[in-house]
Amino acid sequence: MNVMHPAIAEPVLSLRGLRKEYRPGQPVLKDISLDFAPRGVTAIIGPSGTGKSTLIRCINRLVDPTAGDILLKGENLARIQGAALRMARRRIGMVFQEYNLVERLSVMENVLSGRLGYVSPWRAFLRKFPVEDVERAYDLLDAVGLGQDFANRRADKLSGGQRQRVGIARAIMQEPALLLADEPTSSLDPKTSVEIMELMAEISGTRGIPIIINIHNVDLARRYAARIIGMTGGDVVFDGPPEALERSHLAMIYGGEGWQE
Amino acid sequence: MTTRSARPEAFPVDWPKRLAWIALAVYVVYALSTLDVSLDRILRGFSQAATLFGRMFPPNVAPDKVELITTGMLESLQIAVLATFFGVLLSLPLGFAAARNLSPVWLAGAARGIIAICRSFHPVIVAILFVKAVGFGALAGILALIVATMGFVSKLFAEVVEELNAKQVEAVRATGAPFFNVLIIAVMPQVMARFVGLTVYQFDSNLRNSTMVGIVGGGGIGAPLFTAYQRFDFDVVLTILLVIIALIMMFEMVSARIRRVFQ
Repeated sequence: MNVMHPAIAEPVLSLRGLRKEYRPGQPVLKDISLDFAPRGVTAIIGPSGTGKSTLIRCINRLVDPTAGDILLKGENLARIQGAALRMARRRIGMVFQEYNLVERLSVMENVLSGRLGYVSPWRAFLRKFPVEDVERAYDLLDAVGLGQDFANRRADKLSGGQRQRVGIARAIMQEPALLLADEPTSSLDPKTSVEIMELMAEISGTRGIPIIINIHNVDLARRYAARIIGMTGGDVVFDGPPEALERSHLAMIYGGEGWQE
Repeated sequence: MTTRSARPEAFPVDWPKRLAWIALAVYVVYALSTLDVSLDRILRGFSQAATLFGRMFPPNVAPDKVELITTGMLESLQIAVLATFFGVLLSLPLGFAAARNLSPVWLAGAARGIIAICRSFHPVIVAILFVKAVGFGALAGILALIVATMGFVSKLFAEVVEELNAKQVEAVRATGAPFFNVLIIAVMPQVMARFVGLTVYQFDSNLRNSTMVGIVGGGGIGAPLFTAYQRFDFDVVLTILLVIIALIMMFEMVSARIRRVFQ
């Protein structure tokens, strides 16, 4: 149902017939084809277990697709392995539901781990990151609203919202061409959720990074996304701007209407 | 309401478990009966022990004995330190190789094979083999305890690595980090504290074992201790035992601090 979404001239990412079967014959993703513009926030909504997370993890190959193509600025990520795949991953930042920081490391070490695709193991071991990377990490701590004083705090001493800010800083540290966010607000309270979405939308705007966000909260999706993709049962059933998303669409995506107020 | 008899049993009998306990009890009784274990013999043993302890006092601190004991004890300490150092150094890659979540099946299998071999024999038996191979002295003892260290530390370290939080590893992998960077930044911080704990524990164990490999010619305090026993110099035996106890207790205090630093 791509009717409401205009064609994208030069997509940063194109999915072509993307299919994933964890068990043969039972596709979790049913031949998804989508184009993503090189700017703005795209939200993917849909019920739990509908393949949203699988879709987003296929893009950076944390999950290997069964069939289909993943074109990041023309390079087909579905067809590469080893070093080439790592090079591609350096250009894709990722933010996780449970932040996935290395708990025993400091905030600074976590942020700088966004540069691990660029430094040798020896330098990583000695923490000898390039000076400009360290400078940028400090700037990012300010940009995500933590402040430079957080640099030497251990990640396991932070609150959920603070951890997610570090997670975002780590992803931006990669200078990504694309940012993926897998339920970035689902472990946070409502107020913090709004703050985190606000921050991601702002970063997307000021730094010109396109973001694809999996999100449960339809209101947050409407508020911050320029485009909403609705999925159900491994299919895309809605694709359009938030204004076009109506009750009937939500009923189709989530099934039933009783839960809508 | 259902009747009493229609309900399922609240605490059903677990027959396999019950049979296992019964089998254990039967075997213990059988083993005791065949091995000529009797209360009478144990009681007679007490009086002989009393005589033995009587002959131990006072501990012998003659200068020549003290010198002999000091030399032996320092050698034992060196054996323990060197065996722990090299054993742990080898255990780190062996443990990573044996962890099924990080290494391919063939490598994990091979590493587990090596660990199983290291663990099959008591250090004293391994020491006998090394004494035959490299001759009498500390080298044989060091080699024997390196084998013991590898067996223990890499096995438990592999288990620690297998329990690590995969999400933290996945996030670092997603940045495009190569394998060794993932190992250094995402895996090591999660497992190092436990690894240090294992190392400290193994050093403790090596310290005690290093006093024993000498009995079969592996160097250290073991040889003088064994000789003193055979010559009925029980006062010398007591001096040696007291020194060993002092050393172990001293390390006990140090090790608690080491662990705290690496929390």
